[in-house]
Amino acid sequence: MNGKQLILMEGITKSFPGVKALNSCRFELLAGEVHALVGENGAGKSTMMKVLTGVYQKDEGRIAYLGKDTEIPDTRTAQDLGISMIHQELNLAPDLTVAQNIFIGREPRRAFKLFLDEKKLHEKVMELFRRMNLQLDPRKLVSELTVAKQQMVEIAKALSFNARVLIMDEPTAALSDSEIEDLFVIIEELKRNGVGIVYISHRMDELKRITDRITVMRDGTYIDTVRTGEVTTDQIISMMVGRAVYHESVPDAKAASEQVVLEVKGVNRGSALKNIGFSLRKGEILGVAGLVGAGRTEMARAVFGADPVDSGEIAVHGRKALIRSPYDAVKHGIGYLSEDRKQFGCMVDMDVKTNVAVASYGAFSGPFGFMKDGAIQVASEKIVETLRVKTPGVGQTVKFLSGGNQQKVVIGKWLTRDCDILIFDEPTRGIDVGAKSEIYKLLDELAEQGKSIIMISSELPEILRMSHRILVMCEGRITGELSRSEATQERIMELATKRVLKEVM
Amino acid sequence: MKLTLAGSKADKAGNPVQLKSGALQQLLAFTSLVVLVVFFSLSSSNFFGFSNIVGILLSTAVIGVLALGSTFVIITGGIDLSVGTVMTLSAVMTGVFITFWGVPVPLGILGGILTGAFCGLLSGLSIAKLKIPPFIATLAMMMIAKGLALVISGTKPIYFNDSPVFREIALGSLLNSIIPGFKIPNAVLVFFLAAIVGAVLLAKTIVGRYNFALGSNEEATRLSGVNVDKWKIVIYTITGVFTGLAGVLMASRLNSAQPALGMGYELEAIAAVVIGGTSLSGGKGTIVGTVIGALIMSVLTNGLRIMSVPQEWQTVVVGFVILLAVYADILRRRKK
Repeated sequence: MNGKQLILMEGITKSFPGVKALNSCRFELLAGEVHALVGENGAGKSTMMKVLTGVYQKDEGRIAYLGKDTEIPDTRTAQDLGISMIHQELNLAPDLTVAQNIFIGREPRRAFKLFLDEKKLHEKVMELFRRMNLQLDPRKLVSELTVAKQQMVEIAKALSFNARVLIMDEPTAALSDSEIEDLFVIIEELKRNGVGIVYISHRMDELKRITDRITVMRDGTYIDTVRTGEVTTDQIISMMVGRAVYHESVPDAKAASEQVVLEVKGVNRGSALKNIGFSLRKGEILGVAGLVGAGRTEMARAVFGADPVDSGEIAVHGRKALIRSPYDAVKHGIGYLSEDRKQFGCMVDMDVKTNVAVASYGAFSGPFGFMKDGAIQVASEKIVETLRVKTPGVGQTVKFLSGGNQQKVVIGKWLTRDCDILIFDEPTRGIDVGAKSEIYKLLDELAEQGKSIIMISSELPEILRMSHRILVMCEGRITGELSRSEATQERIMELATKRVLKEVM
Repeated sequence: MKLTLAGSKADKAGNPVQLKSGALQQLLAFTSLVVLVVFFSLSSSNFFGFSNIVGILLSTAVIGVLALGSTFVIITGGIDLSVGTVMTLSAVMTGVFITFWGVPVPLGILGGILTGAFCGLLSGLSIAKLKIPPFIATLAMMMIAKGLALVISGTKPIYFNDSPVFREIALGSLLNSIIPGFKIPNAVLVFFLAAIVGAVLLAKTIVGRYNFALGSNEEATRLSGVNVDKWKIVIYTITGVFTGLAGVLMASRLNSAQPALGMGYELEAIAAVVIGGTSLSGGKGTIVGTVIGALIMSVLTNGLRIMSVPQEWQTVVVGFVILLAVYADILRRRKK
């Protein structure tokens, strides 16, 4: 540490239609420093880094690189300046070798640039690996490497651009404990070489170990920068969630009945889900909290039969249910509302009535499979009315509706199908503030009518406001269950970052 | 260009109703057909005669029925490359049933159609259950059917000389016996009847609805609790039924099953579907469009022949027409 200043971002402001993603944010990175950037989902960490790497353009503020004001209009410029980002999803071509991946598009050539110079390529890569102190055969195919090794290749690729600033987004998310140790060795090596590292992670234990300073962001604003050694984990968490929880008149929810409608036991799926078990009661809203990648969507898809599971049992209304596909799930009255409406939720090129009816075509068809179009018209008009969908008519193409109204159409699909267990995955994602409370109201109403709801959300206030009970997940496990009265943002964050220590192999 | 019909319908909110894109493409296709007919009629006095028009319709029948079937799979976003050779296999099997085994003609016809249906079922199974991409699965079926047609027939044509009634299926004229002088061959009748059945199936029944849902967003449809695998298999089987029917028609028209024919018909069928405004990416399309598309192809070939354009050049022109038709579709999409 104590190196010279590499990056200074000041007063960075960035708006997207309807949202102020960053409001006068600040970030400083020194050479030879590991600087953590932390905050809840949506706090603005990625947006900040996208501004730095030229993916987004700032509306206001300044970026100084090595003390000089610098504009970063595109990703190319960032790369040329030596600013590289290692994304959570690695960008490697699996069928090329390690060396080919590192120098892709910049392959050394010989004989009037007609032929690739394999020898020189491997020399350059070996030189790079020596600098990183990395043992790896450059001729190996990337697809043969573990995720950890692939990440090393990404880091090597970044360094081959003479990177001085390396941004790592959740670098340990997919790594085992011993692999994490290897990564930390490399990071130490990079520090010694004067590289500045931005380390985005939710794992408090790692932050304490590897980082020198921590910058906390919340709701698109800069909170503070602290020396890692001078704060406790609890202090960091409370800085992350510190906003006043808006107790927007939590409706004195009728206590959910004791009747269990859905019982999930011992569901496992690879490394994504581990021993998932919970129960859902009639008329209950069960919130599922956790950080991105905690396995919440995977859990929902497993219960809905959308992905195959390795083991596990599901009982619906006290009877064992064999759910191997969404078709089975829907037969048992379970409906799923994906976080990605456009891709998985609705048919955006089709009209409202088609989207409302598609899950219930069997009920809307008569002898010889002839469709009862009149009945579809009536049913979809009723949905539009009861769910207060703003549309010129049921013949309107869904892509012309707003996010909130699209969500209502999908809800209408499941109500038409008479589903009484509804799994909402991020029900208010991409929905503007006004429409959000509308969706909340709808969820409350559905629960009062006796529907049982699982609500996955990354927004803690939303979870706290809506849920009767809250499950918290971390790394594919359920790490805790909180009743409404016990739940606080701090308590949830603590459970959401609770890493289960793996046994020594 | 504003895609609204001036002074036409408006919905309840008073917004002008946009023509559904399929409808516009159909209008475009229909206009092109009319323009072509007018053009050729002016260019040659031989074109717009009753016998020439009947000839055009007759030559449309086989490809037309194939194209009807292809419309179904193409709307799911899939493709069936096997319809050409499966048609041939169906024709050969019809010959085997009627000529070799002496089965009564109606049963022989049914056997031919079921052959097509069975091939479609197999393609559907390998696509839905084995998750083989439609292009590959039906490419394999194309080769299998081609080979089987040659093996079963011993590479020689099978004639229907012992069953003169079989010829009547395509070339007789039921209409002529009802309205004397109105000598339209049965093949044309069969084509239009098949088109009506296809149109009803696609627009009015549950299969048709799932057909569009699959083509529009297969994953969303699956996540709506639809048994997508089952419906895919059903749809490929329907395509097979139409293909089998095309095989029977072709055999009847030639009074023989020609085992070496058929290759390449699938591409003409696909061309007719595409010219008719059905999108290869799925989710959009109509049977009426396909009928018009098939007619455009025949009118073009026939008209060019009457104008003494050599056959080789006719093919070149058809190629350009396909480019033009699809480009028009892309232009329209981009404008939106």
